[in-house]
Amino acid sequence: MDGHAIRILIAKPGLDGHDRGAKVIARALRDAGFEVIYTGLRQTPEMIAEAALQEDVDVVGLSILSGAHQTLVPVIRQAMDAHELGDVPIILGGIIPEQDFESMQQVGVKAIFGPGSTTADIVTTIRRIVAERGERTT
Amino acid sequence: MATLAADLLNGSRRALARALTVVENERPDAQALLTALYPHTGRAWVIGVTGAPGTGKSSLVSAMAAAYRKQGKTVAIVAVDPTSPFTGGAILGDRIRMRDLSGDAGVFIRSMATRGSLGGLARTTRDAVRVLDAAGFDIILMETVGAGQSEVDIARAAQTTLVVEAPGLGDDVQAIKAGILEIADVLVVNKSDRPGADNTVRALRAMLELGHPTNGGRMISHHGLMMSDDITHPSPALPVGDVWLPPVLRTIATGDSRTQNDGIVELLTQIETHRAYLLDGHRLREREHDRIEHEIRDRLAHTLMKNLLNAVSSEYYESVISQVQARTLDPHSAIQALLSAR
Repeated sequence: MDGHAIRILIAKPGLDGHDRGAKVIARALRDAGFEVIYTGLRQTPEMIAEAALQEDVDVVGLSILSGAHQTLVPVIRQAMDAHELGDVPIILGGIIPEQDFESMQQVGVKAIFGPGSTTADIVTTIRRIVAERGERTT
Repeated sequence: MATLAADLLNGSRRALARALTVVENERPDAQALLTALYPHTGRAWVIGVTGAPGTGKSSLVSAMAAAYRKQGKTVAIVAVDPTSPFTGGAILGDRIRMRDLSGDAGVFIRSMATRGSLGGLARTTRDAVRVLDAAGFDIILMETVGAGQSEVDIARAAQTTLVVEAPGLGDDVQAIKAGILEIADVLVVNKSDRPGADNTVRALRAMLELGHPTNGGRMISHHGLMMSDDITHPSPALPVGDVWLPPVLRTIATGDSRTQNDGIVELLTQIETHRAYLLDGHRLREREHDRIEHEIRDRLAHTLMKNLLNAVSSEYYESVISQVQARTLDPHSAIQALLSAR
């Protein structure tokens, strides 16, 4: 990072319409000094990858409460890789059963936040993930 | 950095996105990048879109972009949203209204936060527009933050400025106040399927006529000092075509299947007419000259202030502020003290 606000895309892929969690997180991240690109509901994997590319975000946050993460996340990762965004980390929020954590990590998810996560913890974790990615060279 | 510019000019969207970040973050290599790209700029037509929050700017921009795509033109969008003055964070939500444009390689959307700038744009928005211009987009749509009455920076950053209104936001006295309405090249009453649209159109037309009642209702000096060479009042009626009278248009950017996109094609036609008006004679050249001079002054002021503050120790700077606070020094003398400190 170069001392500027962390840019994060908050997207809700798939068909469930429960965006309160995503909005709460977006607001909390704003209050932590992040620039949050909020894309709204029902995003396709291609839309998410395209937005992440155009906005040159530091990290992509996905909110999934439908249980479709095993289907959606690998496709989103592939779409991002196809846009040369292989180095952009994904974090996941929502209802993700613990037995799925490992398979999510295998497709490149860097952190998972379920119910009960504190916004302070989320902010700290994102800062760490972005810092680990390090200074980007163009 | 040379490769970033080259990749961008070769059409890499990844390079374009990175270049916008370099410029937006004012990284040390931004200047070299902009120097490399500058010869490739000046081809796009830059359209500014401003107006109060909730008038439907993002939806209008989205509908306009779709209409330009139907004409075969490529479109870049820069959408600016406010940075919180308290936390430095921002929620950039303009893409929500632009989802119809996804999946089109002829469109590129970038959200920017104002990062403390107050004129309706971010300080680096002009440079971001230059980067998009160099990337070869035909049309660049620049959307300001929800603007009130004095966010007029956009008029100096765009070639055609749209001011978007919606029914029910104010009476005719709002319409004759100074500021944002004065910068309009085209006035748009969006959401014109809502009640009160006729009144809004009427109030705006009346405002334009008040601008120069002796001239058959045509407004001469709608850009104030920017177009001061046009002020010749009281004058006989000028030949038609010498004066740009901002048209007042009705649009429905988001309606039902019957009304959706009403007025958008007409809006594009009026923008083209305005473009032809500027390209006729010296108008565009004079406007560009004015714009560039203003930008140079802005940048000089910024750089001089940065250099001065770098030259003054922060202890001394703080002590001057404390003295002013303690009433032992007045603000004007404080400036003299700071200027002579280095």
